[in-house]
Amino acid sequence: MTITPDDVHHVAKLARLNFNEEEVARLARDLGDILQHASKIAELDLAGVEPTAHPIKLKNVWRPDEVRPSLTPEQALANAPAAEENKFRVPRILEVEDSEE
Amino acid sequence: MRARTAAGIVASIRSGEATATATIATHLAEIERTDGEIRAFLEVLGDLALEQARAVDDGEVTGPLAGVPVAIKDVLCMDGIATTCGSKILDGWRPPYTATAVRRLIESGAIPIGKTNMDEFAMGSSTENSAFGPTLNPWSTQHVPGGSSGGSAAAVAAGHVPVSLGSDTGGSIRQPASLCGVVGMKPTYGRVSRYGLVAFASSLDQIGPFSQTVEDAALIYVAIAGHDPMDSTSLPEPLGDPVGALSRGIDGLRFGVVTELAGDAIDPEVAAVFAAVTEGLGAREVSLPSFTHALSAYYLIAPAEASSNLARFDGVRYGLRIDADDTTTMMCRSREAGFGPEVKRRIMLGTYALSAGYYDAYYGQAQKVRTLVANDFARAFEEFDILLSPTSPTTAFEIGERAADPLAMYLSDLCTIPANLAGIPAISIPAGLDSKGLPIGLQLMAPALEEERLFAAAAEIEARIAFDAKPNLLGAGT
Repeated sequence: MTITPDDVHHVAKLARLNFNEEEVARLARDLGDILQHASKIAELDLAGVEPTAHPIKLKNVWRPDEVRPSLTPEQALANAPAAEENKFRVPRILEVEDSEE
Repeated sequence: MRARTAAGIVASIRSGEATATATIATHLAEIERTDGEIRAFLEVLGDLALEQARAVDDGEVTGPLAGVPVAIKDVLCMDGIATTCGSKILDGWRPPYTATAVRRLIESGAIPIGKTNMDEFAMGSSTENSAFGPTLNPWSTQHVPGGSSGGSAAAVAAGHVPVSLGSDTGGSIRQPASLCGVVGMKPTYGRVSRYGLVAFASSLDQIGPFSQTVEDAALIYVAIAGHDPMDSTSLPEPLGDPVGALSRGIDGLRFGVVTELAGDAIDPEVAAVFAAVTEGLGAREVSLPSFTHALSAYYLIAPAEASSNLARFDGVRYGLRIDADDTTTMMCRSREAGFGPEVKRRIMLGTYALSAGYYDAYYGQAQKVRTLVANDFARAFEEFDILLSPTSPTTAFEIGERAADPLAMYLSDLCTIPANLAGIPAISIPAGLDSKGLPIGLQLMAPALEEERLFAAAAEIEARIAFDAKPNLLGAGT
């Protein structure tokens, strides 16, 4: 199972992570090793086996659509790195392509 | 130091033999005496604990656990108290609410005395992935306590507290319990509310107790378990009476030993101690063939779910922010600076496994293996009432020994992972020591919702093993 540096860059972009070239090389190797191990699963013939997303059989747990106690704006913003007018302040948002590091 | 149990502390406070204040003071002194070396705690809540102790002594706070000091893994939120999850990305973060499991302990009179160290975001089997340095094993400070709940396990083993809370996604309660010679229990998925547990893998995570005795584990379990409207994966089924079940004994119970968790996969000294216990129970072998693939399935499912759960740590609403001119760069820089290498590795692995073109081959297949594991358990539980295995293939390894080899580290969870995949309850109890004096754990597994049976069997086997070894910590205290 070969993971290339390009694969690593692509996945890093999806995961919003930065890596230097040494880390990219190490990740390519580590992910390759782990996926090599896991690829035995890819080879199993499991046609007809239902996937399990969740170990218990609960479904669609509802509650009445009533307002209940929740965080105040002050509480919600208490840990904010930057806040303004009851909102979280962030830097400008660009098209993803423009912001490649 | 004379080991104190939660049950013993409750009794001595009720009888007037001891006060809660003196109890908390004694435990704080023991933390002071040895935690400089062990480093189980990230934060000690001395003033808060003494204040709550006074409330118990004044009769303002009562409850079945009144006066019992408890350590809380730092993955659980407490309102206004720093919660780091062992990570720099949450350094200094103060949650605006308290986890249901912690709140229920406080309501039962227990007294949180500190937040314990852990592998970052619960990812690890040694507590070496903590951004704040490793916790050491009280039995030997050259060795790891296990992980990810290493701090909570070590705090009980070292006598800092009689009981603590941890979380278990692939074995993170049971494996450190085994390596630290204490009891560690993972309930059925959904028995304990995950509200206030910082999520790692939402379909696998469960909160559970560490303790010196099976009885104490049962006392903590009934205090924290039960339906919670704040967690939509929380089960409505009643708990029954696990504490009452402790004296039930094992008459008529059929014990099975899992073939795939024996043989070459297990260290010979561990296997020998395990065999000695299981022979006395008339246990028979049973094969669960899907277990061969359980580890691989877990290391696709858990990182995949983690990659989604950890997307929230982006520097926007809380936690570390490294500024930049645009938001995407800010997010990348914040996550780069805030996450450690193992967390990054797992996020990358999970993102890859879920990405277009790979989803079916990896995550989709892993979910099917999960069905096979659940089916194998269901089949085995038709013929057996309790399944047994060693908790960990080895005893504690040395600090640094596996840190550079992710796959070797992942093998630590071989025996514990299947129970998380199937959502069934499991417990580790101390079974003996190896030739280096390091603890060996025995794992019991029961069908979903059968905690009464699990605790009954564990209590009986605990009594038969009569494990009474204690770590020699910097010379024993009083």
